[in-house]
Amino acid sequence: MAAIRSSSALLLGAAASRPALRTAVTSSTAAAVRGMAQVADAAQQTATSSEKPRLKTFQVYRWNPDKPTEKPRMQSYTLDLNKTGPMVLDALLRIKNELDPTLTFRRSCREGICGSCAMNINGTNTLACLCRIPKEDNSDVKIYPLPHTYVIKDLVPDLTHFYKQYKSIKPYLQRDTPAPDGKEYRQSKEDRKKLDGLYECILCACCSTSCPSYWWNSEEYLGPAILLQSYRWLADSRDERKAERKAALNNSMSLYRCHTILNCTRTCPKGLNPGLAIAQIKKELAF
Amino acid sequence: MIAQRAGTTVLRRVAGKPNTFFSANVAKFGLAQPLSTTQLRPVATQKITADEAAALLAKQRLNRPVSPHLAIYDKQQTWFGSSAWTRITGASLSGTLYLFATAYLAAPMLGWHLESASIAAAFGALPVAVKGGIKFLAAWPFAFHTFNGVKHLLYDMTIGFHRKQIVKQSWYLWGASLVTGMFLAFFL
Repeated sequence: MAAIRSSSALLLGAAASRPALRTAVTSSTAAAVRGMAQVADAAQQTATSSEKPRLKTFQVYRWNPDKPTEKPRMQSYTLDLNKTGPMVLDALLRIKNELDPTLTFRRSCREGICGSCAMNINGTNTLACLCRIPKEDNSDVKIYPLPHTYVIKDLVPDLTHFYKQYKSIKPYLQRDTPAPDGKEYRQSKEDRKKLDGLYECILCACCSTSCPSYWWNSEEYLGPAILLQSYRWLADSRDERKAERKAALNNSMSLYRCHTILNCTRTCPKGLNPGLAIAQIKKELAF
Repeated sequence: MIAQRAGTTVLRRVAGKPNTFFSANVAKFGLAQPLSTTQLRPVATQKITADEAAALLAKQRLNRPVSPHLAIYDKQQTWFGSSAWTRITGASLSGTLYLFATAYLAAPMLGWHLESASIAAAFGALPVAVKGGIKFLAAWPFAFHTFNGVKHLLYDMTIGFHRKQIVKQSWYLWGASLVTGMFLAFFL
């Protein structure tokens, strides 16, 4: 919990902009800040005195672009789980705050809606903020960047190509006819239902970088995430360029490098089914 | 911005020595240690032009390592993936067929005896375990490829994609193909 507390407390500077806190901070300046620190200390003391420390080691992939001749390495950090929040992201934040400020990773929403903290944890891709620290055994937690991506630094992968591929499928409503009522494009409840399980995708790239086929062919194969998005627009009753979209996918590389390995569906941290979406595109192209 | 300034003013007052606050990281750390509530990191930034930034990016891109993949990804999914093994078994079965057919064609010229009668006689002379073992080497890939071939046909009809099914059906098919392979090898 300490990590959550300290990370939320990190926002103190920003939080001061909220009216309620601003009065508290400005009126009793030093006392307010010291008070919080004392509370944190007290909480830590009770935690240490009542429970014995549950130590967990995190092995984290490190690579620094400023020292390009040094090979990537694994660095171990040991944390007491009694003082750490439940998720892997809490542990990473605590490592960055308290042990090693040079550790670099992306994070933003800490609740699985932004997709920034996608990384490979204990062998599978997932969002660090949605992945609990495994507490059953004492084995180390191994954290790598998304597999087979170019590493910018530590756990930060270069997703430029991934985003370019997303752009290439024209992920927006394409229509040639205006709305019948001149206001908005309406669709039936049944048609809207077809988008469930597709629109929730947050483009975290977990599925694409779990796909061996995408590892070897990422230059041309679009990968599960982008194909799920493709299907999201093919399944949309309001879109009028389905033929064009299908024609763009109908070649040996863009779509058909999918061999239904289905690592994508197994890894998706949002519980979506990119494998099924790709199969549906294949079906639409075939019949 | 003003609100943030107010925050830093507060911190400065807490520190009690505003002059060292901006000049030395040591002072920052001295401040940051008792107060885990402050976001102070020893970071120095420098301004560079857009061209310099592009050059730096290009230089960094040349050096970027590829993150580990096969070596670190869940072994069950990468090394025992039924998709890959369907391809491997299919390739080994058809490869064996091509090899044997070519050898059979070339046999009269090279003086080999690959007629059915002589092969059957040679095979019959082998001990049971070796016979079964050789048959299993052909029978298991055949069973695995057949079962998974059917599964992939079902996939083409968008059947069998539930998350929980995927893991289970993969293990069922491994088990079924091993059992069938053993049966074909030792009981037929």
